[in-house]
Amino acid sequence: MTRPRERYDVAVVGAGIIGCATAYYLASRGLSVAVFDKDYITAGSTGRCPGGIRQQWATEDHVRLAMKSVEIFKNLDQELGVDTDYKQGGYLIIAKTEEEVKQFQKNIVMQRSHGLPVEWLEPGEINEIVPELDVEGIGALGAAWNPTDGYADPFKVTYGYARAAERLGAEIFTFTPVKRVRIVEGQVAGVETEKGFVRAGCVVNAAGAWSRQVAETAGVRLPNKPYRHEILVTEPIKPFLGPMVICFHDNVYFRQSPRGSILGGWGDPHEKPGYNFESSLRFLVKMTKLLATYIPRLKSVRVVRQWAGLYDVTPDAKQITGPVRGVKGFIQANGFSGHGFMMGPITSKLVAQLIAGEPLDLPIDPFLLERFEKGVAGAEAAVVG
Amino acid sequence: MADEEKVTICRCEDVTLDELLEAIRTHRVRSLEELKRILRIGMGSCQGRTCLRLAASVLAREIGVSTAEVMKTLPRPRPPVVPVLVGTLSRVELREGIED
Repeated sequence: MTRPRERYDVAVVGAGIIGCATAYYLASRGLSVAVFDKDYITAGSTGRCPGGIRQQWATEDHVRLAMKSVEIFKNLDQELGVDTDYKQGGYLIIAKTEEEVKQFQKNIVMQRSHGLPVEWLEPGEINEIVPELDVEGIGALGAAWNPTDGYADPFKVTYGYARAAERLGAEIFTFTPVKRVRIVEGQVAGVETEKGFVRAGCVVNAAGAWSRQVAETAGVRLPNKPYRHEILVTEPIKPFLGPMVICFHDNVYFRQSPRGSILGGWGDPHEKPGYNFESSLRFLVKMTKLLATYIPRLKSVRVVRQWAGLYDVTPDAKQITGPVRGVKGFIQANGFSGHGFMMGPITSKLVAQLIAGEPLDLPIDPFLLERFEKGVAGAEAAVVG
Repeated sequence: MADEEKVTICRCEDVTLDELLEAIRTHRVRSLEELKRILRIGMGSCQGRTCLRLAASVLAREIGVSTAEVMKTLPRPRPPVVPVLVGTLSRVELREGIED
Protein backbone atom coordinates (compact mmCIF):
# COMPACT_ATOMS: atom_id res chain seq x y z
CA MET A 1 0.00 0.00 0.00
CA THR A 2 1.47 3.34 -1.00
CA ARG A 3 1.68 6.16 1.48
CA PRO A 4 -0.01 9.52 0.97
CA ARG A 5 2.04 12.40 -0.36
CA GLU A 6 2.90 15.30 1.93
CA ARG A 7 0.22 17.58 0.54
CA TYR A 8 -2.85 17.71 -1.69
CA ASP A 9 -5.16 20.51 -2.78
CA VAL A 10 -8.08 18.66 -1.21
CA ALA A 11 -8.43 15.84 1.34
CA VAL A 12 -11.75 13.97 1.33
CA VAL A 13 -12.93 12.02 4.37
CA GLY A 14 -15.08 9.03 3.39
CA ALA A 15 -15.02 6.68 0.38
CA GLY A 16 -18.73 6.27 -0.23
CA ILE A 17 -20.60 7.69 -3.20
CA ILE A 18 -19.98 11.29 -2.10
CA GLY A 19 -16.27 10.91 -1.37
CA CYS A 20 -15.46 8.97 -4.53
CA ALA A 21 -17.59 11.15 -6.82
CA THR A 22 -16.20 14.35 -5.27
CA ALA A 23 -12.66 13.03 -5.89
CA TYR A 24 -13.61 12.36 -9.50
CA TYR A 25 -15.06 15.83 -10.13
CA LEU A 26 -12.14 17.52 -8.35
CA ALA A 27 -9.52 15.50 -10.24
CA SER A 28 -11.24 16.24 -13.54
CA ARG A 29 -10.75 19.94 -12.69
CA GLY A 30 -7.03 19.40 -12.30
CA LEU A 31 -6.95 19.51 -8.50
CA SER A 32 -4.84 17.05 -6.52
CA VAL A 33 -7.02 15.03 -4.19
CA ALA A 34 -6.69 12.23 -1.64
CA VAL A 35 -9.62 10.25 -0.22
CA PHE A 36 -9.32 8.56 3.18
CA ASP A 37 -11.66 5.94 4.60
CA LYS A 38 -11.43 3.93 7.80
CA ASP A 39 -12.74 0.92 5.88
CA TYR A 40 -13.13 -0.10 2.21
CA ILE A 41 -15.01 1.70 -0.58
CA THR A 42 -18.82 1.52 0.04
CA ALA A 43 -18.40 0.04 3.55
CA GLY A 44 -20.71 2.64 5.12
CA SER A 45 -24.20 3.63 4.02
CA THR A 46 -23.63 3.61 0.23
CA GLY A 47 -23.05 -0.15 0.15
CA ARG A 48 -26.14 -0.79 2.26
CA CYS A 49 -28.63 1.33 0.32
CA PRO A 50 -31.17 -0.05 -2.16
CA GLY A 51 -29.98 2.16 -5.06
CA GLY A 52 -33.21 4.03 -5.73
CA ILE A 53 -33.10 7.33 -7.63
CA ARG A 54 -36.17 9.47 -6.96
CA GLN A 55 -37.10 12.94 -8.21
CA GLN A 56 -40.57 13.15 -6.64
CA TRP A 57 -39.92 15.35 -3.62
CA ALA A 58 -42.09 17.62 -1.55
CA THR A 59 -39.60 20.52 -1.59
CA GLU A 60 -38.43 22.37 -4.71
CA ASP A 61 -34.82 22.30 -3.54
CA HIS A 62 -34.87 18.51 -3.63
CA VAL A 63 -36.74 18.29 -6.96
CA ARG A 64 -34.17 20.54 -8.65
CA LEU A 65 -31.24 18.66 -7.13
CA ALA A 66 -32.63 15.21 -7.95
CA MET A 67 -33.45 16.16 -11.54
CA LYS A 68 -29.87 17.38 -12.06
CA SER A 69 -28.60 14.15 -10.50
CA VAL A 70 -30.64 12.12 -12.99
CA GLU A 71 -29.07 14.05 -15.86
CA ILE A 72 -25.71 12.81 -14.58
CA PHE A 73 -26.89 9.23 -13.96
CA LYS A 74 -28.19 9.04 -17.54
CA ASN A 75 -24.70 9.49 -18.99
CA LEU A 76 -22.71 7.95 -16.17
CA ASP A 77 -21.93 4.61 -17.86
CA GLN A 78 -20.34 6.43 -20.74
CA GLU A 79 -18.60 8.97 -18.54
CA LEU A 80 -17.06 6.42 -16.15
CA GLY A 81 -16.66 3.52 -18.56
CA VAL A 82 -18.66 1.07 -16.43
CA ASP A 83 -22.09 -0.56 -16.55
CA THR A 84 -23.92 0.82 -13.51
CA ASP A 85 -27.21 -1.05 -14.16
CA TYR A 86 -28.87 2.38 -14.32
CA LYS A 87 -32.48 2.10 -15.37
CA GLN A 88 -35.46 4.45 -15.37
CA GLY A 89 -38.08 2.01 -14.15
CA GLY A 90 -40.11 4.72 -12.42
CA TYR A 91 -41.33 5.27 -8.85
CA LEU A 92 -44.90 4.53 -7.86
CA ILE A 93 -45.78 6.32 -4.61
CA ILE A 94 -48.94 5.00 -2.99
CA ALA A 95 -51.28 7.38 -1.14
CA LYS A 96 -53.33 5.83 1.67
CA THR A 97 -54.91 8.81 3.44
CA GLU A 98 -56.99 11.75 2.21
CA GLU A 99 -54.31 14.05 3.55
CA GLU A 100 -51.72 12.30 1.41
CA VAL A 101 -53.96 12.53 -1.67
CA LYS A 102 -54.16 16.31 -1.25
CA GLN A 103 -50.45 16.66 -0.54
CA PHE A 104 -49.42 14.45 -3.48
CA GLN A 105 -51.63 16.36 -5.89
CA LYS A 106 -50.09 19.61 -4.67
CA ASN A 107 -46.59 18.14 -5.01
CA ILE A 108 -47.35 16.96 -8.54
CA VAL A 109 -48.27 20.50 -9.65
CA MET A 110 -44.97 21.78 -8.22
CA GLN A 111 -42.95 18.88 -9.66
CA ARG A 112 -44.52 19.28 -13.11
CA SER A 113 -43.65 22.99 -13.08
CA HIS A 114 -40.01 21.83 -12.99
CA GLY A 115 -40.60 19.58 -16.00
CA LEU A 116 -40.94 16.26 -14.18
CA PRO A 117 -43.39 13.99 -16.10
CA VAL A 118 -45.16 12.85 -12.92
CA GLU A 119 -48.85 11.90 -13.00
CA TRP A 120 -51.61 11.25 -10.51
CA LEU A 121 -53.18 7.78 -10.80
CA GLU A 122 -56.63 6.89 -9.52
CA PRO A 123 -56.86 3.51 -7.74
CA GLY A 124 -58.26 1.90 -10.90
CA GLU A 125 -55.23 3.04 -12.91
CA ILE A 126 -52.50 1.74 -10.58
CA ASN A 127 -52.60 -1.79 -11.99
CA GLU A 128 -51.71 -0.44 -15.40
CA ILE A 129 -48.27 0.28 -13.93
CA VAL A 130 -47.93 -2.69 -11.55
CA PRO A 131 -50.53 -5.35 -12.45
CA GLU A 132 -49.68 -7.57 -9.44
CA LEU A 133 -50.26 -4.88 -6.80
CA ASP A 134 -53.30 -5.59 -4.58
CA VAL A 135 -54.69 -2.06 -4.79
CA GLU A 136 -57.82 -2.87 -2.76
CA GLY A 137 -56.00 -5.01 -0.23
CA ILE A 138 -53.61 -2.23 0.72
CA GLY A 139 -56.34 0.41 0.62
CA ALA A 140 -54.65 2.67 -1.93
CA LEU A 141 -56.50 5.93 -2.59
CA GLY A 142 -54.31 6.69 -5.57
CA ALA A 143 -50.66 7.06 -6.47
CA ALA A 144 -48.08 9.42 -7.85
CA TRP A 145 -46.25 7.92 -10.81
CA ASN A 146 -43.06 9.21 -12.36
CA PRO A 147 -41.58 7.03 -15.10
CA THR A 148 -38.18 8.79 -15.10
CA ASP A 149 -37.23 7.84 -11.53
CA GLY A 150 -35.15 4.68 -11.31
CA TYR A 151 -32.17 2.94 -9.81
CA ALA A 152 -28.51 2.07 -10.27
CA ASP A 153 -26.12 -0.33 -8.58
CA PRO A 154 -24.48 1.55 -5.68
CA PHE A 155 -21.32 -0.60 -5.83
CA LYS A 156 -20.83 -0.21 -9.56
CA VAL A 157 -21.46 3.53 -9.42
CA THR A 158 -19.11 4.13 -6.48
CA TYR A 159 -16.27 1.87 -7.63
CA GLY A 160 -16.76 3.39 -11.09
CA TYR A 161 -16.26 6.90 -9.70
CA ALA A 162 -13.30 5.72 -7.59
CA ARG A 163 -11.38 4.12 -10.46
CA ALA A 164 -12.20 7.02 -12.83
CA ALA A 165 -10.92 9.46 -10.18
CA GLU A 166 -7.69 7.47 -9.90
CA ARG A 167 -7.21 7.52 -13.65
CA LEU A 168 -7.32 11.32 -13.37
CA GLY A 169 -4.68 11.27 -10.63
CA ALA A 170 -6.73 11.12 -7.43
CA GLU A 171 -5.49 8.78 -4.70
CA ILE A 172 -7.77 6.69 -2.51
CA PHE A 173 -6.49 5.35 0.81
CA THR A 174 -8.81 2.70 2.21
CA PHE A 175 -8.37 1.23 5.72
CA THR A 176 -6.84 4.60 6.65
CA PRO A 177 -8.87 6.35 9.37
CA VAL A 178 -8.74 10.13 9.71
CA LYS A 179 -8.13 10.92 13.36
CA ARG A 180 -8.53 14.66 13.22
CA VAL A 181 -9.07 17.59 10.88
CA ARG A 182 -6.33 20.03 11.83
CA ILE A 183 -7.32 23.69 12.01
CA VAL A 184 -4.81 26.52 12.28
CA GLU A 185 -6.15 30.01 12.94
CA GLY A 186 -9.61 29.30 11.57
CA GLN A 187 -8.31 27.67 8.42
CA VAL A 188 -8.07 23.96 7.52
CA ALA A 189 -4.44 22.82 7.55
CA GLY A 190 -4.95 19.16 6.68
CA VAL A 191 -5.90 15.80 8.15
CA GLU A 192 -4.15 13.62 10.68
CA THR A 193 -4.46 10.06 9.42
CA GLU A 194 -3.15 6.74 10.65
CA LYS A 195 -0.55 7.06 7.92
CA GLY A 196 0.59 10.45 9.18
CA PHE A 197 -0.32 14.11 8.70
CA VAL A 198 -1.38 15.17 5.23
CA ARG A 199 -1.47 18.87 4.37
CA ALA A 200 -4.49 20.20 2.50
CA GLY A 201 -6.03 23.67 2.34
CA CYS A 202 -9.45 22.14 1.88
CA VAL A 203 -11.10 19.16 3.58
CA VAL A 204 -14.41 17.64 2.45
CA ASN A 205 -16.39 15.88 5.17
CA ALA A 206 -18.15 13.05 3.30
CA ALA A 207 -18.08 10.58 6.18
CA GLY A 208 -21.81 9.82 6.06
CA ALA A 209 -23.13 8.64 9.42
CA TRP A 210 -19.70 9.39 10.96
CA SER A 211 -19.58 12.99 9.68
CA ARG A 212 -20.62 14.39 13.03
CA GLN A 213 -17.51 12.95 14.71
CA VAL A 214 -15.24 14.15 11.90
CA ALA A 215 -16.68 17.66 12.20
CA GLU A 216 -16.25 17.63 15.97
CA THR A 217 -12.48 17.19 15.55
CA ALA A 218 -12.54 20.53 13.74
CA GLY A 219 -14.69 22.14 16.42
CA VAL A 220 -17.76 22.17 14.17
CA ARG A 221 -21.03 20.90 15.54
CA LEU A 222 -23.36 19.10 13.12
CA PRO A 223 -26.96 18.27 14.10
CA ASN A 224 -26.84 14.90 12.26
CA LYS A 225 -27.95 11.70 13.99
CA PRO A 226 -27.50 8.10 12.75
CA TYR A 227 -30.61 5.94 12.45
CA ARG A 228 -30.62 2.24 11.54
CA HIS A 229 -32.63 1.20 8.50
CA GLU A 230 -33.08 -2.45 7.61
CA ILE A 231 -33.45 -4.13 4.22
CA LEU A 232 -34.08 -7.64 2.97
CA VAL A 233 -33.54 -9.35 -0.35
CA THR A 234 -35.23 -12.41 -1.83
CA GLU A 235 -34.11 -15.11 -4.21
CA PRO A 236 -34.32 -14.01 -7.85
CA ILE A 237 -37.61 -14.48 -9.65
CA LYS A 238 -38.65 -13.74 -13.23
CA PRO A 239 -38.68 -9.94 -13.79
CA PHE A 240 -42.22 -8.59 -13.36
CA LEU A 241 -41.85 -5.39 -11.35
CA GLY A 242 -40.51 -2.40 -13.27
CA PRO A 243 -40.82 0.48 -10.78
CA MET A 244 -39.86 1.08 -7.19
CA VAL A 245 -43.05 0.99 -5.10
CA ILE A 246 -43.08 3.17 -2.01
CA CYS A 247 -45.60 4.27 0.60
CA PHE A 248 -44.83 6.92 3.22
CA HIS A 249 -47.85 5.91 5.27
CA ASP A 250 -46.54 2.35 5.67
CA ASN A 251 -42.91 3.58 5.72
CA VAL A 252 -42.07 0.94 3.11
CA TYR A 253 -40.40 0.59 -0.27
CA PHE A 254 -39.51 -2.31 -2.56
CA ARG A 255 -38.25 -2.96 -6.04
CA GLN A 256 -36.97 -5.77 -8.21
CA SER A 257 -33.28 -5.78 -9.02
CA PRO A 258 -32.03 -6.47 -12.55
CA ARG A 259 -31.10 -9.98 -11.31
CA GLY A 260 -34.70 -10.61 -10.28
CA SER A 261 -34.40 -10.33 -6.49
CA ILE A 262 -36.97 -8.29 -4.58
CA LEU A 263 -35.25 -5.70 -2.41
CA GLY A 264 -37.35 -4.09 0.30
CA GLY A 265 -37.05 -1.84 3.32
CA TRP A 266 -39.32 -0.74 6.13
CA GLY A 267 -38.49 2.14 8.46
CA ASP A 268 -39.32 1.46 12.09
CA PRO A 269 -40.97 4.60 13.54
CA HIS A 270 -39.67 3.59 16.99
CA GLU A 271 -36.02 3.32 15.88
CA LYS A 272 -33.69 5.19 18.23
CA PRO A 273 -30.56 6.97 17.03
CA GLY A 274 -27.32 5.04 17.34
CA TYR A 275 -24.75 2.92 15.52
CA ASN A 276 -26.89 -0.18 15.39
CA PHE A 277 -26.18 -2.60 12.52
CA GLU A 278 -28.03 -5.60 13.98
CA SER A 279 -30.65 -7.36 11.90
CA SER A 280 -33.95 -7.79 13.72
CA LEU A 281 -36.69 -10.41 13.53
CA ARG A 282 -39.13 -7.54 14.05
CA PHE A 283 -38.08 -6.05 10.70
CA LEU A 284 -38.14 -9.42 8.93
CA VAL A 285 -41.72 -10.05 10.07
CA LYS A 286 -43.03 -6.52 9.47
CA MET A 287 -41.44 -6.33 6.02
CA THR A 288 -42.69 -9.73 4.85
CA LYS A 289 -46.21 -8.89 6.12
CA LEU A 290 -46.11 -5.76 3.95
CA LEU A 291 -44.75 -7.62 0.90
CA ALA A 292 -47.41 -10.32 1.27
CA THR A 293 -50.11 -7.64 1.45
CA TYR A 294 -48.85 -5.47 -1.39
CA ILE A 295 -48.13 -8.32 -3.82
CA PRO A 296 -49.71 -11.55 -2.52
CA ARG A 297 -47.85 -13.79 -4.95
CA LEU A 298 -44.55 -12.86 -3.26
CA LYS A 299 -45.56 -15.18 -0.39
CA SER A 300 -44.06 -18.05 -2.37
CA VAL A 301 -40.66 -16.33 -2.72
CA ARG A 302 -37.83 -16.93 -0.25
CA VAL A 303 -35.95 -14.28 1.71
CA VAL A 304 -32.21 -14.98 1.40
CA ARG A 305 -30.64 -12.15 3.36
CA GLN A 306 -31.31 -9.12 5.52
CA TRP A 307 -28.96 -6.36 6.63
CA ALA A 308 -28.91 -2.88 8.12
CA GLY A 309 -27.39 0.49 7.29
CA LEU A 310 -27.51 3.99 8.71
CA TYR A 311 -29.33 7.11 7.60
CA ASP A 312 -27.36 10.25 8.50
CA VAL A 313 -30.39 12.34 9.48
CA THR A 314 -30.61 16.13 9.81
CA PRO A 315 -33.46 18.03 11.53
CA ASP A 316 -35.10 18.93 8.18
CA ALA A 317 -34.18 15.71 6.29
CA LYS A 318 -32.07 17.77 3.88
CA GLN A 319 -28.37 17.40 3.30
CA ILE A 320 -25.65 19.68 4.66
CA THR A 321 -23.54 20.89 1.77
CA GLY A 322 -20.98 23.66 1.52
CA PRO A 323 -18.71 25.74 3.74
CA VAL A 324 -19.24 26.41 7.46
CA ARG A 325 -18.81 29.62 9.39
CA GLY A 326 -15.60 30.02 11.32
CA VAL A 327 -13.52 27.30 9.64
CA LYS A 328 -12.19 28.22 6.20
CA GLY A 329 -11.72 25.36 3.77
CA PHE A 330 -13.90 22.88 5.68
CA ILE A 331 -16.62 21.71 3.27
CA GLN A 332 -19.55 19.56 4.33
CA ALA A 333 -21.25 16.98 2.10
CA ASN A 334 -23.23 14.87 4.55
CA GLY A 335 -26.56 14.56 6.38
CA PHE A 336 -28.33 13.09 3.37
CA SER A 337 -31.03 11.56 5.58
CA GLY A 338 -31.36 8.44 3.43
CA HIS A 339 -30.91 10.08 0.03
CA GLY A 340 -27.15 10.24 -0.36
CA PHE A 341 -26.84 7.77 -3.19
CA MET A 342 -29.40 9.44 -5.44
CA MET A 343 -28.21 12.97 -4.62
CA GLY A 344 -24.55 11.88 -4.73
CA PRO A 345 -23.54 12.69 -8.31
CA ILE A 346 -24.95 16.24 -8.39
CA THR A 347 -23.88 17.11 -4.84
CA SER A 348 -20.34 15.92 -5.49
CA LYS A 349 -20.19 17.96 -8.68
CA LEU A 350 -21.46 21.06 -6.84
CA VAL A 351 -18.83 20.57 -4.13
CA ALA A 352 -16.10 20.33 -6.79
CA GLN A 353 -17.41 23.45 -8.55
CA LEU A 354 -17.47 25.30 -5.23
CA ILE A 355 -13.88 24.31 -4.39
CA ALA A 356 -12.64 25.10 -7.90
CA GLY A 357 -14.32 28.52 -7.75
CA GLU A 358 -16.57 27.82 -10.72
CA PRO A 359 -20.19 28.92 -11.14
CA LEU A 360 -22.49 26.36 -9.51
CA ASP A 361 -25.02 24.32 -11.53
CA LEU A 362 -27.50 24.94 -8.68
CA PRO A 363 -27.44 27.20 -5.62
CA ILE A 364 -26.35 25.42 -2.44
CA ASP A 365 -27.79 28.02 -0.04
CA PRO A 366 -30.72 25.80 1.00
CA PHE A 367 -28.22 23.19 2.16
CA LEU A 368 -25.77 25.27 4.20
CA LEU A 369 -25.26 24.29 7.84
CA GLU A 370 -26.06 27.84 8.96
CA ARG A 371 -29.75 27.40 8.01
CA PHE A 372 -30.25 25.67 11.37
CA GLU A 373 -29.26 28.86 13.22
CA LYS A 374 -32.78 30.13 12.49
CA GLY A 375 -34.43 26.93 13.68
CA VAL A 376 -35.90 24.21 11.51
CA ALA A 377 -38.14 25.25 8.62
CA GLY A 378 -39.08 23.86 5.21
CA ALA A 379 -38.44 20.25 6.16
CA GLU A 380 -38.68 17.58 3.49
CA ALA A 381 -41.82 15.55 4.14
CA ALA A 382 -41.52 12.94 1.38
CA VAL A 383 -39.29 10.61 3.38
CA VAL A 384 -39.38 6.91 4.23
CA GLY A 385 -38.24 7.60 7.77
CA MET B 1 -3.93 -19.63 -17.67
CA ALA B 2 -6.35 -19.79 -20.58
CA ASP B 3 -8.52 -22.14 -18.55
CA GLU B 4 -9.17 -19.53 -15.86
CA GLU B 5 -12.26 -18.34 -17.65
CA LYS B 6 -13.64 -21.86 -17.50
CA VAL B 7 -13.17 -22.26 -13.74
CA THR B 8 -16.29 -21.18 -11.87
CA ILE B 9 -15.73 -19.83 -8.36
CA CYS B 10 -19.26 -18.68 -7.50
CA ARG B 11 -22.05 -20.70 -9.05
CA CYS B 12 -24.90 -18.55 -7.77
CA GLU B 13 -23.60 -15.34 -9.29
CA ASP B 14 -21.68 -16.97 -12.13
CA VAL B 15 -18.20 -15.63 -11.28
CA THR B 16 -15.19 -17.26 -12.95
CA LEU B 17 -11.58 -17.41 -11.78
CA ASP B 18 -10.38 -14.88 -14.36
CA GLU B 19 -13.06 -12.41 -13.25
CA LEU B 20 -12.00 -12.94 -9.65
CA LEU B 21 -8.33 -12.33 -10.45
CA GLU B 22 -9.15 -9.27 -12.53
CA ALA B 23 -11.24 -7.78 -9.72
CA ILE B 24 -8.52 -8.39 -7.13
CA ARG B 25 -5.93 -6.65 -9.31
CA THR B 26 -8.11 -3.79 -10.59
CA HIS B 27 -9.50 -2.85 -7.19
CA ARG B 28 -6.43 -3.81 -5.11
CA VAL B 29 -8.75 -5.98 -3.02
CA ARG B 30 -7.63 -6.93 0.48
CA SER B 31 -10.77 -8.44 1.99
CA LEU B 32 -13.60 -10.85 1.22
CA GLU B 33 -16.02 -8.06 2.15
CA GLU B 34 -14.77 -6.12 -0.87
CA LEU B 35 -15.09 -9.13 -3.18
CA LYS B 36 -18.66 -9.58 -2.03
CA ARG B 37 -19.48 -5.99 -3.01
CA ILE B 38 -17.56 -5.94 -6.28
CA LEU B 39 -18.45 -9.40 -7.63
CA ARG B 40 -21.53 -10.35 -5.55
CA ILE B 41 -19.67 -13.46 -4.35
CA GLY B 42 -21.66 -14.71 -1.37
CA MET B 43 -24.82 -12.77 -2.23
CA GLY B 44 -26.55 -15.58 -4.13
CA SER B 45 -28.78 -18.40 -2.97
CA CYS B 46 -25.97 -20.25 -1.14
CA GLN B 47 -24.97 -17.07 0.74
CA GLY B 48 -21.28 -17.85 0.32
CA ARG B 49 -21.24 -21.36 1.69
CA THR B 50 -19.64 -22.74 -1.49
CA CYS B 51 -17.65 -19.88 -2.93
CA LEU B 52 -16.18 -17.81 -0.12
CA ARG B 53 -13.53 -20.32 1.01
CA LEU B 54 -12.50 -20.87 -2.58
CA ALA B 55 -12.30 -17.11 -3.13
CA ALA B 56 -10.34 -16.74 0.11
CA SER B 57 -7.61 -19.12 -1.05
CA VAL B 58 -7.30 -17.32 -4.39
CA LEU B 59 -7.16 -13.90 -2.71
CA ALA B 60 -4.59 -15.13 -0.17
CA ARG B 61 -2.34 -16.42 -2.95
CA GLU B 62 -2.72 -13.20 -4.95
CA ILE B 63 -1.87 -10.78 -2.15
CA GLY B 64 0.68 -13.04 -0.45
CA VAL B 65 -0.94 -13.65 2.93
CA SER B 66 -2.25 -16.83 4.57
CA THR B 67 -5.78 -18.06 3.87
CA ALA B 68 -6.41 -17.85 7.61
CA GLU B 69 -5.60 -14.13 7.48
CA VAL B 70 -8.02 -13.57 4.59
CA MET B 71 -10.72 -15.61 6.37
CA LYS B 72 -10.69 -12.95 9.11
CA THR B 73 -12.37 -10.67 6.56
CA LEU B 74 -15.20 -13.13 5.93
CA PRO B 75 -18.44 -11.16 5.52
CA ARG B 76 -20.66 -11.19 8.54
CA PRO B 77 -23.28 -13.95 8.27
CA ARG B 78 -26.71 -12.45 7.62
CA PRO B 79 -30.03 -13.88 8.74
CA PRO B 80 -32.02 -15.89 7.86
CA VAL B 81 -29.68 -18.89 8.20
CA VAL B 82 -31.50 -20.64 5.37
CA PRO B 83 -33.85 -19.06 2.80
CA VAL B 84 -37.38 -18.76 4.24
CA LEU B 85 -40.63 -18.07 2.38
CA VAL B 86 -42.10 -14.57 2.64
CA GLY B 87 -45.43 -16.29 3.36
CA THR B 88 -44.00 -18.20 6.33
CA LEU B 89 -42.29 -15.16 7.86
CA SER B 90 -45.37 -12.97 7.35
CA ARG B 91 -47.40 -15.30 9.58
CA VAL B 92 -45.08 -14.91 12.58
CA GLU B 93 -46.84 -13.09 15.43
CA LEU B 94 -44.57 -10.64 17.22
CA ARG B 95 -45.12 -9.98 20.88
CA GLU B 96 -45.54 -6.25 21.56
CA GLY B 97 -42.28 -4.53 22.26
CA ILE B 98 -40.13 -7.31 20.78
CA GLU B 99 -36.94 -5.91 19.36
CA ASP B 100 -35.17 -8.91 17.88
